[in-house]
Amino acid sequence: MLKLDSKDTRLFLIVIAMTLLAPFILNPFPEGSNLAQFNAGYPDLMQRFVIFGIFAIGFNLLFGLTGYLSFGHAAFLGVGSYASIWMMKLLTVNVIPAMFASVIVSGLFALVVGYVCLRRSGIYFSILTLAFAQMSFALAYSVLTPLTGGETGLQLKAADPRILDFGAAEGSIGRASFFGIDMRASMELPVGSWLFTLNFGYYLAAFVMLIAFYVSIRIFRSPFGMMLRAVKSNQNRLNYTGVSTKPYTLAVFVISGMYAGLAGGLLVAMDTQVGPERMFWTASGEVVLMTILGGAGTLIGPVLGAGFIKYMENIVSKINSKTLEAWFGFLPDGLEDALITIVYPFVGKGWHLTLGIMFMLVVIFLPGGLVEGGKRIGGWLTGKGRKSKTDGGQEATASTPAE
Amino acid sequence: MGILEVQNVNKRFGGLQALNNVNLNVEKGSVHAIIGPNGAGKSTLLNCFVGRLTPDTGSVMFNGKSLLGIKPHQINQAGVSRVFQTPEIFSDLSALENVMIPAFAKRDGAYKLNPFRRVTQESEIRDSAEEVLRDVGLADRKDLIAAEMSRGDKRRLEMAMCLVQDPELLLLDEPTAGMARADTNKTIDLLKHIGETRGITKVVIEHDMHVVFSLADKISVLAQGTVLVEDVPENIKGHPKVREAYLGEAQV
Repeated sequence: MLKLDSKDTRLFLIVIAMTLLAPFILNPFPEGSNLAQFNAGYPDLMQRFVIFGIFAIGFNLLFGLTGYLSFGHAAFLGVGSYASIWMMKLLTVNVIPAMFASVIVSGLFALVVGYVCLRRSGIYFSILTLAFAQMSFALAYSVLTPLTGGETGLQLKAADPRILDFGAAEGSIGRASFFGIDMRASMELPVGSWLFTLNFGYYLAAFVMLIAFYVSIRIFRSPFGMMLRAVKSNQNRLNYTGVSTKPYTLAVFVISGMYAGLAGGLLVAMDTQVGPERMFWTASGEVVLMTILGGAGTLIGPVLGAGFIKYMENIVSKINSKTLEAWFGFLPDGLEDALITIVYPFVGKGWHLTLGIMFMLVVIFLPGGLVEGGKRIGGWLTGKGRKSKTDGGQEATASTPAE
Repeated sequence: MGILEVQNVNKRFGGLQALNNVNLNVEKGSVHAIIGPNGAGKSTLLNCFVGRLTPDTGSVMFNGKSLLGIKPHQINQAGVSRVFQTPEIFSDLSALENVMIPAFAKRDGAYKLNPFRRVTQESEIRDSAEEVLRDVGLADRKDLIAAEMSRGDKRRLEMAMCLVQDPELLLLDEPTAGMARADTNKTIDLLKHIGETRGITKVVIEHDMHVVFSLADKISVLAQGTVLVEDVPENIKGHPKVREAYLGEAQV
């Protein structure tokens, strides 16, 4: 189906089902219950899952296939965001032209950055990309203020020209829409004590993510993708085999930058504002974490990693001392205090600590990321628990299970 | 006229004259061996053929065109493939993929950006890769990841990667180094077989005299960067200069 082999088709269908049902799957706890704060099925967070999923899928095309570790990918995300919001300010609040603009502009930017940075490999490549991203951040923050809004960034304003929105009420602030449908349009679906929210913006972003995911599968399975894996494996041999590697690495760098730009454009489509902090190096580091945590070089890994990190960021960070008191309240006082003291540094503002520990555990014990973890669990369940480790490793590069 | 003509090649590394006025003439369809003691400049010479090193002076002509100043991938596209002393393969890829990549390079040139073609569509490439793997005796291991192969198999795989391109000139840097006798003989048979069926010109650097004398049509003896003699194997064996420089120390 769709020119995919049966294994990839199955994976793709599972991903489609998961994204469509995400508002239900991510809301397993009834409203008002103690555990309701672990529900992730609200529009804002689900949009982040799929948008950063796109970002990570694109990053993985570069890093997972060629091994070139870009440490400045947030620059493309930022450039895409700026392109997108300018499109909305000048032309129309419809998100489609904005998304096209973000992909094209970030692609062109990636062409320039890639052309320069790909002259080097390894750590030097990483440092060059990092330098470019920090430069972009600094420019957006200061010198380019007329274009980027500087520190305060850009928002939609009532005075925006929006020359294609003829029918728009004069003097009103535009809201991002898809041919008239507001991105924030939501349908609330109460079932018993559960409340599910089906949001239009989420489904649009999810649809784009599915296309992005499909394209990434096709690239993985193409001769082009095979060459990229050869670049990672032995660039020297590839040269002596008659292949010029630069066109391949540059092409995938640009594709990867376009993915990042698309993610940036979608972020603006969901929440019409941009600030330069989006290009800061920590944002570039985050996508590296997502990809490695999920499983670099696998198809679904980056999406899982993105979801995992965004979940931690939004859910674990919300746990405060009151919540902890409520959880451990049934224990004797001394024990309760002790437990809270131990757990407290790891939640709320300390969520980075938890994330850091998780990341270290994954890198040390599951070099293939969450995907490898899923594979091992799958192996134990089907009784093939003692399958050789190398076997798992080679499968990870060739194909990927769903969970 | 030879397929590969090397004239007056000099290469100096600091104070060391690694190659000193080297001349070499490799005839089409022949097996030309380069022998010599350690440090004689054999690998340096080979590196000058594939674009890894550029000689200080002199010329390297392949089919009448200079190989100097062009990139390794261009030299390969011109018809020169190389087997390395330690196998250079794509360790993370399967044996079949390892051979398919050079086949793609042969068909598509230095690059072809086709992200929406599927590998499974490329049955021609796959068939030719499988055929070569059969030739070198790796047909049953084609799905094995290259890193997991034995040393001998890796060498055979690298050989297959070169053969699938049907090169005009194949450069082999010690193809049997570190091999057991049985494997060495297998490799000799393989190289002979290739010579007969495909008619590929070969330049072989080798330490093992057994290999050299069973394969070569012509031998150049290199010592301290200079070609001492270039002659047919029968005359090399008894040559006094060669004995002195190389064979002598081994046979005393």
